Formats: sequence, structure tokens, C-alpha cells
Amino acid sequence: MSIIVYTESENGKLKKTALEVVSYAKAIADQMSTTVTAVAINADNTESLGNYGASKVLSIKNDALNTFNAKSYAAAIEQAAKQEDAKVVIVSSSADSKYLAPLLAVGLNAGYVSNVVEAPSSVSPFTVKRSAFTNKAFANTEITTDVKVVGLSNNSFGLVESGESTSVEDFSPSLPEPDVTVESVDKATDKVSIADAEIVVSGGRGLKGPENWGMIEELAEILGAATACSKPVSDLGWRPHSEHVGQTGKPVASNLYIAIGISGAIQHLAGINSSKVKVVINTDPEAPFFKAADYGVVGDAFEVVPKLIEKLKAFKAQNA
Amino acid sequence: MKILVCISHVPDTTSKINFTDGDTKFDTNGVQFVINPNDEFGLTRAMWFKEKQGASVAVVNVGGAETEPTLRKALAIGADNAIRVNTEATDSFAVAKQLAKVVSDGGYDLVIAGRESIDYNGGMVPGMLAAMLDANYITNCIGLEVDGTSAKAIREIDGGKETVSTSLPLVIGGQKGLVEESDLRIPNMRGIMMARKKPLTVLEPIDANAETKAVSFVKPAPKGAVKLVDADNIDELVSLLHNEAKVI
Repeated sequence: MSIIVYTESENGKLKKTALEVVSYAKAIADQMSTTVTAVAINADNTESLGNYGASKVLSIKNDALNTFNAKSYAAAIEQAAKQEDAKVVIVSSSADSKYLAPLLAVGLNAGYVSNVVEAPSSVSPFTVKRSAFTNKAFANTEITTDVKVVGLSNNSFGLVESGESTSVEDFSPSLPEPDVTVESVDKATDKVSIADAEIVVSGGRGLKGPENWGMIEELAEILGAATACSKPVSDLGWRPHSEHVGQTGKPVASNLYIAIGISGAIQHLAGINSSKVKVVINTDPEAPFFKAADYGVVGDAFEVVPKLIEKLKAFKAQNA
Repeated sequence: MKILVCISHVPDTTSKINFTDGDTKFDTNGVQFVINPNDEFGLTRAMWFKEKQGASVAVVNVGGAETEPTLRKALAIGADNAIRVNTEATDSFAVAKQLAKVVSDGGYDLVIAGRESIDYNGGMVPGMLAAMLDANYITNCIGLEVDGTSAKAIREIDGGKETVSTSLPLVIGGQKGLVEESDLRIPNMRGIMMARKKPLTVLEPIDANAETKAVSFVKPAPKGAVKLVDADNIDELVSLLHNEAKVI
């Protein structure tokens, strides 16, 4: 009756969220006096998951799973969970995991709670804290079914090292016909995505036009950050929709969020509320963002950002 | 093509969120309810299928009578008829069960729901519904074309997008991009008048137990005051982020 955790990889390399969900699963396993079994699909070096608490890895290697398909992936994880008689299954909050988790939950007759931000406050009844109302509140939620699926909010638990010796076993689930065929993928391989980013640099209407995004991108590059924007900026077509963060855009749960020329509408603040440290740079000291931020600079972005870039370059050179 | 658009009745994005009954219930006092924005993008795309491809469009909500103004708004935007399953929306699983019954009884080819509701943000209903119906499923959908029984869609993925092909019956979790913000329609007087006469059917629920239960709500702890750094002293900001916040 171990805990199953789905550890995502990209081109064979385990993602950081994979290590986070294993760390989280280990915390629950300790609460329930059991062990963690990771399910990995076409991933390499899976024995390294032991460093975060997995004592067993079910390693699936199958070319039919080279392209993500929610139905096939859910079926594979479901069979692993059934083989291990798992009572708890953990997934991340990546786009792919959120896609497959409802299918997995129905397949396992399991209650599913997404956007969970902490280890369970109790395992009997099984109660977890999840964000709700786009981070304007949290809901302590009980899962009443025998088998439970938990979706962990990215960056909420962190990585916890715990040296387990790991056995890696081959696992060959039977796969359904995929319901969807991927025709083409359009993904910038050199850029960090908002979902995976530890730092996000975000620009608003205060930047006056899309031609001024060069300094935002430069700042992001120095910090290894993803770029994002406010809703008006995406509505005006200055930046792609995929960069829009806020209540009707993407949620951001980064370690550091830097808002430049964003006043801080309630919908925007809701979307970035889970970020740990927030910095605002804005000319208007009355901008609502200053009430939500940890650090603020009242000043013109066109003066402050180049200075920040210069200082960060010096800092990086010193700490390299 | 028969389209069903699932409509969540949610607090407007500007709402202040409060709780009552010892923090166990959402406080609806003074809150304006709207069509869930992700659902509205889907509804607007459905209108396009209606006008260009002759599709019929029904809207559905699982909820009490208080959600009917939201369904009427969807009718005023242009849906042909509305269905309300008369039961409290307790959790995603129970809602998906009710919807699955509506879909199989109504023989819909395409179900469009929002990627997630902006109140509980579960992101579960469309996927659970697809699994219950054994229908094809695409979420985070930012583009959809249907030709006969085949469909082409664009799905937003972390850091990009992918183009996929599939076939009906299909369940979609939609979001902005299905149509643009500027394509959204504000109901006009004629639409509102016509909506009053369009059928709104109330169905009694089937048995469907919730699998999860929100036992209590908490609001985030109030934030400490912002630490202001002088615009001429950006060194200090770098130092604070490194030494105090430890994020760089």
C-alpha cells in the first residue's frame, strides 16, 4: 500500500517538479507509515529519485509514449497505482499533470483535489489545504474516498532531501488507443516557462509599448526568469496571451515576482498571490501593488530597470 | 452539430472574498455573479459554430435557482436553450456526474466547458466528464475548428502550444484564445428580450455523491508593509533580494 507519485520528465530528464512531488509524497508516506513508489515515463537516471524519498521506481519505457497523451499517461499511472494497491496518488500542477489527473481520478474511483499547498493536516480523515478563489483564499478539503489523488501546487512544498535506497523496476502497462493526435508542437526551447520558473519578470502598461520589452527580456535573461505581462498588455496585443498572468490568465507561484509598470488590479494580484517574494517598480506610490509587495521602488521603470540590470550583472559577476 | 456549453456561476473577478458560518461557507452577500470567464470564451466560440456551421447550442448549469440569471445571460448572448440541474454543486465529481447524464440523454457531439472556474479553480469537471462519457478530451484549449466529425485544436502547454487532431464526441476545457477578449458579446436589448422566451428546462438531479468536501476556508495572512527602496539605491534592492529574501 505505498504512495504513488507521477514524476514528469522532458526529453528523458526529470523535471524539478518531479523532485518536489517526490519530496511531498515522502512527507505523506511518513505520516501514513508507508513508502513512496514513483512512476516515470521514458525518464533517465530515475534512481536519483531516491535522494528525495522514493524507495521504488516503476520505470516505463515505451516509444508510444514519446508524445504526451493524457488518456494513455493516465492509464499507465492508473495501472501502476492498482498494482501497488496505492491509497494516495500524487501529481504536480503542470499543464500535462492537470490534464491527466481528472481522468486518473475517475479511473481509480478516487476523489481528487488540485492546487494543494501543504502536507495533509490529517491523514484520517484525509484533509489537505488547497488554494481557491484564485489565491484569494484557501480551502481545507477532505477527500472521502478510499483512494485519493492530490495535485500539488508547483513551488509550494520545495525539495526535501532524504536518502532512500531505490530499486528501479521495469513496468509495462497496456495502453489504450490515444484519443488525440499531436500534429505539431511550438515551444521555445531556450526560454523558461512561467509554470517552471523560479523567477518571473512581468511588465504592464507602464512600459508604454511593446518596443520597450527589450529591457524586460534582458532582466529576465540575467535572472534566468520567465517573462510575463498584465491583462491590458496582452489585450492590447503587445505580448502573447500565454504571458498573461492573473485571474483569467495564468497563476504564478514563483519564488520571486518582479512587477514593472503594473498598478496591481485585484485580478492581477490574485493570480500572483502564491509567489513568495514580490517586488514592484512603479512611478505611482499610490498604486495598489505597493500594498501587496514585499519590496517596492517608486520610480520610472525606464530609469530603474537599466540600473537594476547593471547592478545584477555586477552581482552575478561577483557571485559566479 | 449539437453543442452543450457548461456554464459556471461565479463571483465577478473584482469580488472581495469573505466567508460565513464559522468560515465554512462562501459569503455571497453583496457579490455580483457572472458567467465564468473561461466558459464565456467557449460560449462565444460556440456562437461562431452556430452562425457559420448551423450548430445548435444549449447551455447547462448545475445549481440552485439563484444561478438562472447567469443562464439567461448566456441565452441573451445567443444560446438556443438552457438546462439547469436542480442541485447544489457540491464538488467537481458530483457536478461531472450530473453533466454526464445531461450529455448522454441529449446526444451532444461537442461539450465546451471552461478550463477551470475562477472560484474553486479545480480544473477537473471537463476531464472527469470526458472520462465518464469515454469521449475525447482536450483542455487548456486556445483554438478549435470542427469539420464534420473531425476536430483540430490548439492546446496551450507549459512554455508553448501544440496543434492536435481528434474527433467528435469531444469535451473541451476552454480559455481565452478560443476567441479573443474583443470577440466577447455584451447582450443587446433584443437578445435580452428573446432570452426571456427561450426554454430553460429544470431537471431533477440523479444520485451522485461528492468525493471531496471543503470543511473550512481561510484567507491568506495579512501582508506586512512594503519595504521601499530608493530609486537611486538599487544596490540595496539587490542586497535585500540576496541576503534577506534569499531569492537571488
